[in-house]
Amino acid sequence: MTVTQLTFYIFSSVILLSALMVISARNPVHSVLFLILAFLNAAGIFVILHAEFLAMILIIVYVGAVAVLFLFVVMMLDIKTTIEKSNILQYMPIGLFIGFVFIAELVIVLINTKLELSNMQILSNPLNKFAELSNTKAIGSVLYTDYILHFQLAGVILLIAMIGSIVLTLRERSGVKRQSVSEQLSRSSKIDLVDVKSKEGIDIK
Amino acid sequence: MNSLYFLLPEIFIFIMSVILLMTGLFVKKIKIINYIAILSIVIAVVIILNQSFQSILQNSFIIDEFSKIFKVMILIGSAASLVMFFSSKEDQHINLYEFPILILFSTIGMMVMVSSNDLLLMFIGLELQSLGLYVLAALNRNSLLSSEAGIKYFILGALSSGLLLFGISYIYGFTGNTNFNLIAVNYSEDSLGLIIGIVFVCSGLAFKVSAVPFHMWTPDVYQGAPTPITGFFALAPKIAAMGLLVRFLLNSFGEIYIDWQQILIFISIASMLFAAVAAIAQTNIKRLMAYSSIGHIGYALIGVACVSPEGIKSLTVYLMIYLIMNISVFAFILTMKRNDEYFEQISDMSGLYKNHPLSAIMISLMMFSLAGIPPLAGFFGKFYIFMAAVESNMFVLAIIGIIASVIGAFYYLRIVKVIYFDEPQTSYDGVSIKSLAVLFYPTSLLVVIFCFYPLPLLKIAETASNSFF
Repeated sequence: MTVTQLTFYIFSSVILLSALMVISARNPVHSVLFLILAFLNAAGIFVILHAEFLAMILIIVYVGAVAVLFLFVVMMLDIKTTIEKSNILQYMPIGLFIGFVFIAELVIVLINTKLELSNMQILSNPLNKFAELSNTKAIGSVLYTDYILHFQLAGVILLIAMIGSIVLTLRERSGVKRQSVSEQLSRSSKIDLVDVKSKEGIDIK
Repeated sequence: MNSLYFLLPEIFIFIMSVILLMTGLFVKKIKIINYIAILSIVIAVVIILNQSFQSILQNSFIIDEFSKIFKVMILIGSAASLVMFFSSKEDQHINLYEFPILILFSTIGMMVMVSSNDLLLMFIGLELQSLGLYVLAALNRNSLLSSEAGIKYFILGALSSGLLLFGISYIYGFTGNTNFNLIAVNYSEDSLGLIIGIVFVCSGLAFKVSAVPFHMWTPDVYQGAPTPITGFFALAPKIAAMGLLVRFLLNSFGEIYIDWQQILIFISIASMLFAAVAAIAQTNIKRLMAYSSIGHIGYALIGVACVSPEGIKSLTVYLMIYLIMNISVFAFILTMKRNDEYFEQISDMSGLYKNHPLSAIMISLMMFSLAGIPPLAGFFGKFYIFMAAVESNMFVLAIIGIIASVIGAFYYLRIVKVIYFDEPQTSYDGVSIKSLAVLFYPTSLLVVIFCFYPLPLLKIAETASNSFF
């Protein structure tokens, strides 16, 4: 067993265990922490596959931004930590059945497929012209040329997500007093400077 | 960058919707925003009609007759739901200027879907479309049903996208390509993984067209969403997903059609029979239309399962007629309104013949057409589909289709019975609402006169099928 294989098995077994913990941990905060562990190990597998750019993106975006956001939300929402056992037992058989079907499919496919080495090389390096380049350079050279439409449409998807979340949550409340800075500043004509004498005060109109 | 010129309709609609998004903040008249949105759709149709065959961006985006026809159908559907928005925006509590903008955005997604020739672009187009639809379904925040529709659609939609991605990863893994034409060159005949990939992608797409094992969301979403949006759900996304399914299956796996044909045959038989039986018990007209659309998708899938030029031709004709009939029916549903309150029960339609004789005749004709009774357009749609099935020696499919349409005729004809023979009620606002009359009368007329001038539609459909064979 080579070092690569050994590290692969370590990473993937940690991923599987932590994914299991994500759905079975009683405390939601622990679930999110296990999710972060799964992401980190997935990044490790990307590194083994020489996809270092994807690995870094996975850590920066998923661990750095998404999971931390999850953590904030979970901590703020005050979710009850007790899960009703009866629900789990109720859906257990059908869940196990679907899981079994998926695993059976994967096993059948694996048994019936002859993986040839030439195929593997095509798959791991589909575009010959990038054989010499590093990962990041290769992505950069196609992202704005061949894949410009894909890239821009992904941006549009994010825009829709933003519009959608605002549409669904923003409510215009009546009777809320807001500060209008320009109005305040243009009040100067209405302001009088009065010299208030001691112990007399003035009348406010 | 020359190739971006050929993306003009998509880019145009995108720019218009971003401009509208900005102006909507300052121009408080939603009507004006809506007019401009409809105008930009009309301009996009003109641009599309003037395009010629192109395949750009490494053959991942194709503009051919098929995609042009489907894009025009999608744009007509979007424009129709924008017109419906005029009359109903206040009473349905969707008085938001984002409505036309979200419709435009998801229309872009659908246009990308029917043009895409690449697994990645197909998925991006699909997500772009769905994300807009999720928000639209939940747009009425005052209604519990609408929120339920949004949540249900979102969760099940995410699940189906997951299935789709799983299938895509299998196909990519076993062929090493994402481009449909390259997949067709690179697969090996007896690859089991590839078949699993096709099955998963097909089930993901079957969810989007609401074909039977994946139809559970349809009735609830149709009932819960505000009516103009229900109209949009019934019109545009189904046509787009159908176009995508055809291109995906024929371009990449046209040679091994034996493997996926049986999936489509099963889905279409199940959809036809299930919709015909389940719709009988419905009392809400929007729910009924949901089951009706499941059934119609079943018939349309026969056209795909034929894998022949006649099949694609009949599918295109069927979808065009489906589009026209549904615009008419949904415009009619919006006219069932009095004192700013909408009525959605079938029993509320009683006495229509007394108060609104003309629209009663029209909607009855529409129901006859949906049921497939000659000489209305709906009959010809089914006729071409069954002809194509018989020509491909799929007699069983044709016979089951005919049986299902006979069962289905019951619930369409019951509506006619309620209109003409039940105890009359007080009158509705009726088609006096101008924006609905614009939709209702021309489309109903088209359905009636189709039997006199079927040739133009048939010719258009023929050019569509020539893109593949």
